[in-house]
Amino acid sequence: MNQPNKLKILNQWEQTWETAMGAWFPGERVLFRGKELLQELNQLSWMELILFGITGRQFQPNQIKLFEAIWVISTSFPEPRLWNNRIATLAGTSRSTVNLGVSAGIAASEAIIFGHRPLLATIDFLKKTQQRLANGEVLTNLIKEALNAQTRGRPGSGLNREVAKVPGFGRPITTNDERLQPLLTTAQNLGFTNGIHVLLAQRIEDALQQQGHNLYMNVATLMGALCADQDLSPREYYHYVSLCFTGGLLPCAIDAQSKPEGAFFPLRCDRIKYQGPKKRQWKTNKSKPSDVDKTEITT
Amino acid sequence: MEHILTQLWSESASDQNPFEAEECLCAGYDVYGDLLLHANWVDYLLLLIKKEQPSAEQTKLFNTLAIALANPGPRDPSIQAAMSAGAGGSTMASCLMAAIAVGAGNLGGAREVAIIMSTWQQLEFNPENWKQFLVGKVWQEKPPHTFEDVWLPLEHPMGFNPNGVECPKPLKQTLKALSIISPGKHLSWLNYNRCILESASQLPISMTMIAAATFLDLGFHEEQGEMLFLLLRLPGAAAHALEQREIGWKNYPFHKQGVVVTNDPSTSETNTKIQTKPNQALIQTPS
Repeated sequence: MNQPNKLKILNQWEQTWETAMGAWFPGERVLFRGKELLQELNQLSWMELILFGITGRQFQPNQIKLFEAIWVISTSFPEPRLWNNRIATLAGTSRSTVNLGVSAGIAASEAIIFGHRPLLATIDFLKKTQQRLANGEVLTNLIKEALNAQTRGRPGSGLNREVAKVPGFGRPITTNDERLQPLLTTAQNLGFTNGIHVLLAQRIEDALQQQGHNLYMNVATLMGALCADQDLSPREYYHYVSLCFTGGLLPCAIDAQSKPEGAFFPLRCDRIKYQGPKKRQWKTNKSKPSDVDKTEITT
Repeated sequence: MEHILTQLWSESASDQNPFEAEECLCAGYDVYGDLLLHANWVDYLLLLIKKEQPSAEQTKLFNTLAIALANPGPRDPSIQAAMSAGAGGSTMASCLMAAIAVGAGNLGGAREVAIIMSTWQQLEFNPENWKQFLVGKVWQEKPPHTFEDVWLPLEHPMGFNPNGVECPKPLKQTLKALSIISPGKHLSWLNYNRCILESASQLPISMTMIAAATFLDLGFHEEQGEMLFLLLRLPGAAAHALEQREIGWKNYPFHKQGVVVTNDPSTSETNTKIQTKPNQALIQTPS
């Protein structure tokens, strides 16, 4: 093992963090990606600053309106039953802090059946598909290939769960996505519905129908397509959506804090449907593990 | 009414209050009437995950691993995260959330443990398989038809320390202690073949490799291993966060001279060090 070289790397970084992202000069100024935050960037909107921080690029006003509209329309449901929002709500009802509930809700938004993982997979799928079409491949073949791909697990349950084989198509709870048309209308008004990825999304949906698959575009596809057309890379897009659920998380936590303590869907003991072994006694002599009474029962 | 389906937990309601349990069973065992009197904490933790009473050997192995993992020490990024929250006076919950978030990843974290467990099942107990895998850098290959994920691709072979020079003594001690008591094959195989693997990868093994081997010897699947690795490292995070909370931010390293901005337009120099008053920047413990 190359000892001198290894120590050289660690020694090099031990005292110094080089960055072009910026820094705080205490009592003087703040540098943000090479610009003075307090003088040059202080007129930016929150979304403009977020996207500048992520990409280092500044976007046109219409693009910023689009990025904001995507968050507002697609990911800001104050719906306490949704899995990430439920965490914020439970934090509120348990009288934890709103911030802890929202933070945990954001963390849990990196899920498989919703949130950041399918969002990221969807834009990646769209970009790769577009690239392969540009190289002369045929869409129907690419969809067949995706549908026939070997995966370790299924999205909805079981071990080693993975996002859907054709991400961005189909939806848990309901097949109809009520967000599609409002987002499409907004994007149309802003002049963003003729990009290659938006058009590709529609072609993929049509091809899925023609192949007999009951899979319709959900808003993740439109979100990803619109952002791909604004030239966001998949990784930039993932960073952009990292806070996108906060609009719904906050009201859920606040609402629960305003209600009586522990009032959010309290569960009676009999709401637990037990399907494990029946009652048994702990063996105090552990030389042999207990294997008695393994009969499955349901109470 | 919808129900919570579980093979793990059942409750009998109190006569007075249907929302209050009179008796709680964990995989069939009476938690407050039996386990409380007869099981230890490690037994109970194993029961919770495996839904079966562990053997004495399993308990001993898991207990030993729990000690090895409990505190990676204040230089570890997950512990630094907890200490940073503590030093700033953040909530106790955020200290542990910080440790979990930072200790979840591909470099010495829980995700790496899961990947090792999955890989081991493919490579089995064949040193030649491992050598080919490591020398050929097969670990860098992305499976076909996979999409970008929130986790970044691996930047080093799973289970090895990319910044290591040789296997540290505490790791050798841990591996030896665990492999002696383990009822399984993974730890003893790792102990026997460690030098072969390290030679093939040109890197020393890391604690994630030992943890993965232990979890496999205990019969856990990779998701259980990932979860337990997160859990077992929390005691040190809690302890160090509490300590730094008390010591306070002024005595916690801020790397005051450490940040070098490479694109500061206000200076003609290429690099500008942030100038602040020099201060102590050492990890301290109370005297």
